[in-house]
Amino acid sequence: MKQTNLSLTQGQVLARVLRRVGRYWPWVLASLALAAVTVVLTLWFPILTGRAVDQILGPGQVNFAALPPILLTAALTVAGTAASQWLMSLCNNHITYCVIRDMRRDAFSHLQNLNLKYLDAHPTGGLVSRIIADVDQFADGLLMGFTQLFTGLLTILGTLYCMLTISPLITVVVAAVTPVSLFVAAFIARSTYFMFRRQSDARAEQTALIDEMVTGQKVVQAFGQAKAVQGRFDEINGRLTDASFKAIFFSSMTNPATRFVNSLVYTGAGLTGALCAIGGVISVGQLSTVLSYANQYTKPFNEISGVVTELQNALACAGRIFELLDAHPQRPDDPHALVLEHARGQVELENIYFSYDKSRPLIEDFNLTVRPGERVAIVGPTGCGKTTLINLLMRFYEPDAGQIRVDGHPVRGMTRRSLRRSYGMVLQDTWLRTGTIRENIAMGRPDASLEEVVAAAKASHAHSFIQRLPQGYDTVVNEDGGMLSQGQKQLLCIARVMLNLPPMLILDEATSSIDTRTEQKIQSAFARLMQGRTSFIVAHRLSTIREADVILVMREGHVVEQGTHDQLLAKGGFYATLWNSQFAH
Amino acid sequence: MEGSLWRYLKAYRVDCVMGPLCKLIEATLELFVPVVMASIIDQGVRNSDTPYIWRMCGVLVLLGAAGLGFSIAGQFFSARAAVGFSGKLRSALFAHVQSFRYAAMDAQGAPTLITRMTSDINQVQSGLNMALRLFLRSPFVVAGSVLAAFLIDVRSAIVFAVVVPLLCLVIAGVLWWTMPRYKQVQAALDKVLGLTRENLTGVRVIRAFGQEDAQVARFAERNEDLTARQLRVGAVSAFMNPGTYVLLNLAAVALIQQGAWRVEGGAITQGQLVALLGYMTQISVELIKLANTIILSSKALACAARVESVLRVDGAMPAPDSPVAAPARAGVPAVEFRDVSITYPGGGASALSGVNLSVPAGHTIGVIGGTGSGKSTLVNLIPRFYDVTEGAVLVNGVDVRQQDLETLRAGIGVVPQKAVLFQGTIRENLRWGNPAADDAALWAALEAAQAAEVVRGKSGGLDEPVEQGGRNLSGGQRQRLTIARALVRRPSILILDDSASALDYATDAALRTALRRLDWNPAVFIVSQRAASVMHADRILVLDDGQVADLGAHAELLERCSVYREIYESQFEPSRKGGEGA
Repeated sequence: MKQTNLSLTQGQVLARVLRRVGRYWPWVLASLALAAVTVVLTLWFPILTGRAVDQILGPGQVNFAALPPILLTAALTVAGTAASQWLMSLCNNHITYCVIRDMRRDAFSHLQNLNLKYLDAHPTGGLVSRIIADVDQFADGLLMGFTQLFTGLLTILGTLYCMLTISPLITVVVAAVTPVSLFVAAFIARSTYFMFRRQSDARAEQTALIDEMVTGQKVVQAFGQAKAVQGRFDEINGRLTDASFKAIFFSSMTNPATRFVNSLVYTGAGLTGALCAIGGVISVGQLSTVLSYANQYTKPFNEISGVVTELQNALACAGRIFELLDAHPQRPDDPHALVLEHARGQVELENIYFSYDKSRPLIEDFNLTVRPGERVAIVGPTGCGKTTLINLLMRFYEPDAGQIRVDGHPVRGMTRRSLRRSYGMVLQDTWLRTGTIRENIAMGRPDASLEEVVAAAKASHAHSFIQRLPQGYDTVVNEDGGMLSQGQKQLLCIARVMLNLPPMLILDEATSSIDTRTEQKIQSAFARLMQGRTSFIVAHRLSTIREADVILVMREGHVVEQGTHDQLLAKGGFYATLWNSQFAH
Repeated sequence: MEGSLWRYLKAYRVDCVMGPLCKLIEATLELFVPVVMASIIDQGVRNSDTPYIWRMCGVLVLLGAAGLGFSIAGQFFSARAAVGFSGKLRSALFAHVQSFRYAAMDAQGAPTLITRMTSDINQVQSGLNMALRLFLRSPFVVAGSVLAAFLIDVRSAIVFAVVVPLLCLVIAGVLWWTMPRYKQVQAALDKVLGLTRENLTGVRVIRAFGQEDAQVARFAERNEDLTARQLRVGAVSAFMNPGTYVLLNLAAVALIQQGAWRVEGGAITQGQLVALLGYMTQISVELIKLANTIILSSKALACAARVESVLRVDGAMPAPDSPVAAPARAGVPAVEFRDVSITYPGGGASALSGVNLSVPAGHTIGVIGGTGSGKSTLVNLIPRFYDVTEGAVLVNGVDVRQQDLETLRAGIGVVPQKAVLFQGTIRENLRWGNPAADDAALWAALEAAQAAEVVRGKSGGLDEPVEQGGRNLSGGQRQRLTIARALVRRPSILILDDSASALDYATDAALRTALRRLDWNPAVFIVSQRAASVMHADRILVLDDGQVADLGAHAELLERCSVYREIYESQFEPSRKGGEGA
């Protein structure tokens, strides 16, 4: 996946950026038009002041009658310039902020479609850094580009025209030397692009480390590892500092270099002009006009090359965002995909093969038929493939071979959403979204009434602790649950499913963090819930799975035993050993 | 400035002087160019002196080349100072956050701290770089131009004296309005960031509930809010350039009117009027640059202030003035709680109250109780992750608050509730327990933690890579590895905070047997909700709502403690029947 990092060329990135900007073409047009107005008025103002100065020749030679109209026009010109400048900025802001809004939105939507394999393999911090930090940097570059690129180009064209009217020869000299500055700017830009890439990569690496170590800070402390962690941080930080310095310094040479070229342009214009003036081709006054224009002409080149540097950085950031946008989306649902509704709960797994890593087979030739309403318990030592089975049932991962069917229909031919919504899932790793308790419980059914939410909370025995929270059901919790204990979070996750009542259930260690007194009470609620629903239960507490219709005993990706509790105990195999070990003294 | 973040700039004092200085010299060289050009016209053209023209053009090229050199040097020093400063700052901030006690960490929250360390410091870096390059240069040129104007004609220069304060007023006004609003933009960005993070960590649940569209809608809402705020503050901020432009050029118009009278009266010449106009233009160019610098720096300063507020958090556990050594001594309990109560900041009721407990070395204490009964809080007090509100916790007879924190914790092995591993190899993770441990020691710990088989099952063995957060391992595997990590340090106090929840009963039982056989005789705390995990402990502490319900051995508790009996029966009643059936 790292190779794709460099697979987008700068040109491709630029083309895609332009396509995104193009969506706002009316604003772009307005911005261009306003830029034109601004430039014309800006070029006109010196002409007006020049004319005014010509009315003030010396003592007694001042034409007081001619001055007011000229100065009034000049004042109006100034006002016009300022107005069009401001409106242009508004357009540019609009374009930039809307483009990055779109990019963030697209990146976020894309996250929802990425397969879990990609998400499981990429550190959260790195992905967040792309959507937030990279997009932000991109905005800075883009805004600067808009503000200065158009006006810069138009100023160049405008002054070129004005110079041509005075002296074609000097114009040719000026126009011939100027491209050197563009060449220099382009050269520096090209050679610094990779430095910016390296900076971005080091930054992403560091963000990932920060994310990991700040989130796990308590463990770092418990083990007194702050120094060692600091060492790793400083190593990456050193590389980042080095890369940043190189990227920033080398790219910042653009401005002095182009300015030097400009001074050559100015000197060239002066030299040609002075020699022409000696020959009497142009007047001294005209020479000074040309010189001032030559100055005005080269200034935008400085700015443009500055912009080019900034755009380099922006493109590098944009490249990383596009990579994310290009990354492995899950195969989209077939347009004619079946929408699974009111599933009966017949689940069949046929010749399933699956592994996370091709070199290490995990599940091989797995077969299972579950009739509607059956309660399937999955037991086995940790790492035997229980969670993987759930990943496959929920289509978080697709099997490498074999087929899973629900109600006789292959799940591949169903919409993922309808399949997943047919399952109620409670995982060991509890997760709450930022929002109120009520919103969290109503996650599967945002339109549920408060009564329904409370009923679900009561059924999962969460009601009593929720009531004791400062704002009851309106208490805001966040991702890591803050003041809630692991067990309380788990109760909320159960309430979430209680509210939804899908036809099938997956309970992966759903009560592992709940004390057994409470659990006992929930069990009765679960029992009611499981009535008539196909359920898959993963549990370590063997007492909670005794009632299952089928117990699958798994070991290293295979089902080694299958049967009811009594059958398996009578068999005296692996299950019996597990069962009896809980009484071992 | 002492104690503020700018102290990290000290190491770059030279760069901070040299950078702006080089830029000043470059600016001065540039001011000579018109003078040289004027002499080309006055002497070269007027006298038709071609060699003189060539010579002076040579001087111009030299001036340009020298400017190039100084400018590059300036960029070099500025970049070095800005990048070096932010590197040091990042490192210091990271170290500072790593020193936070649990309570400070709870209060700050990980996502905020991550933003401070990443995007905020990046902004500070670019702001500083820009400030070093332009902040001195622009005022220098402005001041020089105003000075020159006064030298030419004091009366005409009054226009300058009026317009420059007005300009400052416009700039200050815009900044005054926009600065607080940039903070709000940042807050809106933080919300967008928070939602993104949350979606990545909760992706399974979101997909299970088919909530992708709802999340996209939530994101869109926050994203729109952010965009609206950016546009609003951008509209006012964009007023700065046109605002200053209008003032300056209207001043130029006024200057011409004023100049007309002065020239008529013979006080100045036409040429001097042109020169005054030239200086006005000079000011306008530089002021616009300065305004942009101020905007960017104000953003950077806002970020710097936020970084500094984290740096100022007094997050570290207060250390004792003269730490008391607390070696294990015969007859002194390894751990002792004396009337311990603790209330979390912001939490109403106390999490623990009036706890008394004494645990000798070699003893195993079970801690059991319902969800939220204070079990974790109790064991978190031993390594001093939190400080008690009342009473005292003693390790080897000495109050933990009087001990050196690092030494105290080095003697304690903690297995936290949440099994957290870090990117690296299994060996690296285990060595967190003891950096000096050899492979034999690691394997011994793995055996005791029932994790040897996990490691043997990996193709890389001890060198098997662990991904961020250990997510390439199952919950049970992670949990056993975190137990091994704690055992590697051969701690005299071992704390298992509900650490066997992801283990099956057989593994749990084998683990308990192995723990009893540890050859260095540690005091062991086993926190659990399972009666089976604690019933063989020497004594069991039963907690109920932060209070000690009872303390005693399994048989006694079964006899007299109703809370314990209820827990036990809820877990063993059905099992007994199952056992009879077998």
